[in-house]
Amino acid sequence: MRVALLLAVLILGSTGGEIAITHGMKATGEPARLRPRELLAFLRRALQNGWFWAGVPLMALSFYSLLMLLSWQPISFVIPASALSYVVGTLGAKYILREDVSPARWIGVVLVCAGVALVAAG
Amino acid sequence: MRIRIKTLVMVLAMVVCANAGDLMLKRGMTQIGAVEISASGLRHAFLSTISNGTIWIGIVFLVGFMASYMTVLSWADYSYVMPAGAFGYALLTLLAVVFLHENVSPRRWVGVVLICVGVLLVGQTRPRTTEVAVREVAA
Repeated sequence: MRVALLLAVLILGSTGGEIAITHGMKATGEPARLRPRELLAFLRRALQNGWFWAGVPLMALSFYSLLMLLSWQPISFVIPASALSYVVGTLGAKYILREDVSPARWIGVVLVCAGVALVAAG
Repeated sequence: MRIRIKTLVMVLAMVVCANAGDLMLKRGMTQIGAVEISASGLRHAFLSTISNGTIWIGIVFLVGFMASYMTVLSWADYSYVMPAGAFGYALLTLLAVVFLHENVSPRRWVGVVLICVGVLLVGQTRPRTTEVAVREVAA
């Protein structure tokens, strides 16, 4: 029960944080060119975005639940289980960020999720 | 620059920075040794990590990872970049085989193949599907 709850915090924290950051970066607007000066100006604007700072504590929460989980469960359970975040993140991208997730992208995400679980399990 | 190419460049930067950063942190923490969980042990661990050069190189790489992740998300879909980043797991396995001559279990090889096929499938979809106004900023 405790493990399931922490796993949920781990997955929802990291995907929630990344979705907030994605929203903030889209609002920031992409750098016109990939030159150091434009990139630095982009990052400076990004750091002034509220959604970025909403995402950071969620990712920190996720990181601490990862550390706690690792102290109770073997890494060969924790990392494969956290690979579920690929699927949860894609659901968030579709329903919260309104991205168009085509069937090909869904199949790719499911393969990546299974692949990461297998690689992490050793 | 075409969106697919610049997305690929940034995803590669993310993967390289994340892996190099993790490697440096692991090296630095090995130099420091096992951390003792007590007030003085944690204080000692904190002081030795902030005075360790390898840890700082790792931190610079991880900041580079975060910066390239943020940059690519300013134009590409989250559901495109996130699975593409998993390519790093496959790359790490290949590097371990080629340079460290590690033995890799059949299960892990199956995982590497699934990741590569999955990333290729995601990679041929459109990198950006949302219509967000591009704010051109004069530098």
